[in-house]
Amino acid sequence: MIATALAVSFVFVAIALAITFWRLLRGPDAPDRILALDTLYINAAAIAVLAGIALDTPLYFEAALAIALMGFVGTVALAKFLLRGDVVD
Amino acid sequence: MIVEAAVSFFLVVGSFFLLVGAVGLARLPDFLMRLHAPTKASTLGIGGLLLASLVWFATHGLPGVKELLVTLFMFLTAPVSANLLGKAALHLRLKSRAPLPPPAPGADPDA
Repeated sequence: MIATALAVSFVFVAIALAITFWRLLRGPDAPDRILALDTLYINAAAIAVLAGIALDTPLYFEAALAIALMGFVGTVALAKFLLRGDVVD
Repeated sequence: MIVEAAVSFFLVVGSFFLLVGAVGLARLPDFLMRLHAPTKASTLGIGGLLLASLVWFATHGLPGVKELLVTLFMFLTAPVSANLLGKAALHLRLKSRAPLPPPAPGADPDA
């Protein structure tokens, strides 16, 4: 049952990644691309969590934590750049 | 058996909500609407997956609350980044495509 659920989950998250990547390429504005990048980070963390369950190792979990952290910092930096024209002011 | 069912349920529900968030991001018509889909649905989705991971590793000899930490972190940071992106969109004056509300009944249509 776990194997089936994992396969379904991988397919769902992969489709979500593909759709989000399409939005990242299409735009049309800079905030759209930043939002798509943020969603890609969340989906990548989800893939890492799923891989951790599938391979039965807690190692991927640290990767998910790092991806989530870096994603938040990157999104805030890009949004601050759009707001102020500079990352640190 | 019950653990397997719970993990499977949380896995499918979590990944389904991630998919819902991505579809909303692709299909909604303007940015301020698109901001809703990933920040709400995807946060719920990753929360479900982390809950599945928590139950799975708790019953496989590796109990820990680190998953709850990631869930807490995601739930704290998603609104912050969404707020900053919304402010950036207002700053750039992105066009909203939401229709105007209908006129109030009895109001002068030429006013």
